[in-house]
Amino acid sequence: MSTFRIGGVHPHDNKVYSAHQPITACPLPKNAIIPLVQHIGAPAQPIVEKGDKVRVGQLIAKAGGFVSANVHAPFSGIITKIDTFVDGWGMRTPAIFMDVEGDLWDDTIDRTPDIVHEFMLDPKEIIDRITAAGIVGLGGACFPTHVKLLPPPGKTAEVLVVNGVECEPYLTCDHQLMLEHSEEIVIGIQILMRALGIKRAIIGIEKNKPDAIAKMQALCSRLLGIQVLPLDLKYPQGGEKQLIDACIGRQVPSGALPIEVGAVVDNVATVYAVYEAVQKRKPLISRVMTVTGKSVAQPGNYEVRFGTPLTDVVALAGGIPEDTGKIISGGLLMGRAMNNIDMPANKRVSGLLFMSENESRRVEPENCIRCAKCVSACPMGLEPYLLSRQSELQLWDEMEAHAVMDCIECGCCQFTCPSHRPLLDYVRMGKAKVGGIIRARQAAAK
Amino acid sequence: MNVIIISLIVLGVTGLVAAVLLYIVAQKFKVEEDPRIDQVQEVLPGANCGGCGFAGCRALAEACVKATSLDGLLCPVGGAPTMAKVGEILGLAPVEAAPKVAVVRCNGTCEARPRTSEYNGAPSCQIMHNLYVGESACPFGCLGCGDCVAACTFGALSMDPETGLPVVDDEKCTSCGQCVKACPRHIIELRNKGPKSRRMVVLCVNKDKGAPARKACLNACIGCGKCQTVCEFDAITVENNLAYIDFNKCRLCRKCEDACPTHAIHAVNFPKRKEEQV
Repeated sequence: MSTFRIGGVHPHDNKVYSAHQPITACPLPKNAIIPLVQHIGAPAQPIVEKGDKVRVGQLIAKAGGFVSANVHAPFSGIITKIDTFVDGWGMRTPAIFMDVEGDLWDDTIDRTPDIVHEFMLDPKEIIDRITAAGIVGLGGACFPTHVKLLPPPGKTAEVLVVNGVECEPYLTCDHQLMLEHSEEIVIGIQILMRALGIKRAIIGIEKNKPDAIAKMQALCSRLLGIQVLPLDLKYPQGGEKQLIDACIGRQVPSGALPIEVGAVVDNVATVYAVYEAVQKRKPLISRVMTVTGKSVAQPGNYEVRFGTPLTDVVALAGGIPEDTGKIISGGLLMGRAMNNIDMPANKRVSGLLFMSENESRRVEPENCIRCAKCVSACPMGLEPYLLSRQSELQLWDEMEAHAVMDCIECGCCQFTCPSHRPLLDYVRMGKAKVGGIIRARQAAAK
Repeated sequence: MNVIIISLIVLGVTGLVAAVLLYIVAQKFKVEEDPRIDQVQEVLPGANCGGCGFAGCRALAEACVKATSLDGLLCPVGGAPTMAKVGEILGLAPVEAAPKVAVVRCNGTCEARPRTSEYNGAPSCQIMHNLYVGESACPFGCLGCGDCVAACTFGALSMDPETGLPVVDDEKCTSCGQCVKACPRHIIELRNKGPKSRRMVVLCVNKDKGAPARKACLNACIGCGKCQTVCEFDAITVENNLAYIDFNKCRLCRKCEDACPTHAIHAVNFPKRKEEQV
């Protein structure tokens, strides 16, 4: 069974809590806050005003540039204001506030449960529909999908790599999606293959999801060009560069995008959203997220419309457990600990993890013993011990020379460090600094 | 015996030839350097802090020697006496500059600013700032990890364990500006030291509207504008819900201090008032 070649770690997957829990729809809230920044890139520009009545699926904010994404109304109701709210990390973020009145959908959207198999659109129409639907990569980074589908001139895509790995411990939303909506995902893959003009797709799934592998294999067995590839367990297999290495054995060069080796990577949740956007004309207004943790009363996978307060989702899962020491948005290793959960669900929140007090406390760091465990664990072949020291000493030029910008912030180094050093903390800070320096240099060169 | 003599002669001649060659090369490629650069560098404190805006004392010395006037060239560490000496060497008139001092514009003490979370990561303000709002609910205030203390080469900054805020030692502060650069939240400002070190400062940088600012911290400036109304010298401006005192215009009348409802304005190093002394 294949996996990526460099580095990686084996954390306990802890998926038992929410695995195989059917996707449950979260009830509509009374008030909703829809953030304008739910993706990487420029914030969306609101096109509605206070007092406007909107229907579900109506465009309420337009993409603020090429690398940006549209935002649609997830509920029907009245826009009350366009203001800022305090997000889960205490920062002010622009958003559209609305009073939810009901669930009146836009007429153009097909809400029948039938699966639409046929698609006659040409690639441009498909990409237009994906752009209009505001689809972003739902694996975590939230990079606008239409940008990936339009390779820069001179580059051509050869293979679509579909990410069904879900290597993050605890998260099970993609797994459940593959079980419940496998047919739609397969159609979505065919749509994306048509959009990219390619004949080959590989679905990478880690072997701890045998039922999903079996189901996808059964569906793909009669289809030409789509292959299901079971992968060995290793974190961070879901990183796009690692997944490309694991699936097609090519390594993306330093500083380059996957298209350099002819690959486009999309998460299964994104593919499902593509199916819904192209076949059902349904924009991206909801996602499946996992609410889990050792002490959560009803851990599970919930389909949540963007704008629903996270507190509502947590209430559905049985409330915040008493011994909670830390709440993480996203996965265990790449997620961010939250300051408060009075924020709305959005495209970015793939899960909520409730860690108990003793699980969440960090061990006091000790001196680096130069064991180089972090070097062997780093999936990008970097030297985390060196980078973190350089960051502490603010040697930004040297960090750049040691390819800090290649860091994918997966946290393997910190996970594996026997001295419990906060390696990623420092490397991430250095990466942000070096990134700023590079951007400033590019701006000056222009 | 013969061997020894031959080797001595060979080595001696080689050495002699090399010496002559080296002498010629040294004369031919001699780098002419203004001797005054060394003299000026001698006078400078040699802290290499970069506070003057140049890469170390040597660079400032070179800039001084090249310059036709000392305007804009100031060693913040040595201050006026050092610049006077530099002027003497170069035959230039020293430019008077008001002494400055670093001011930490945050008064979010542990009591005034309730902690809403506990930070458990690497002790660095920059890392904390990149991650989230910090341990309190104020997205503008001091994070308390001491990046400024670590940046100060003169030992002028220290953390007050009671308030959780950095304290500047006026005597030791040379206003080099290292802490200003180190603070990710841009709280520290270089302000005029003022006569007898007396100065009026708004100890807050919160740009939120009144209600959220006050909710996050009892000592926050709420941008009410009372100080602006009461000021007779036009020294105070309120912008983005935040008051700012222009130290060039302020005449230290202390009226704004009394007007401020949240006590965000502080009078530093003033003697105690009569009613307070009772």
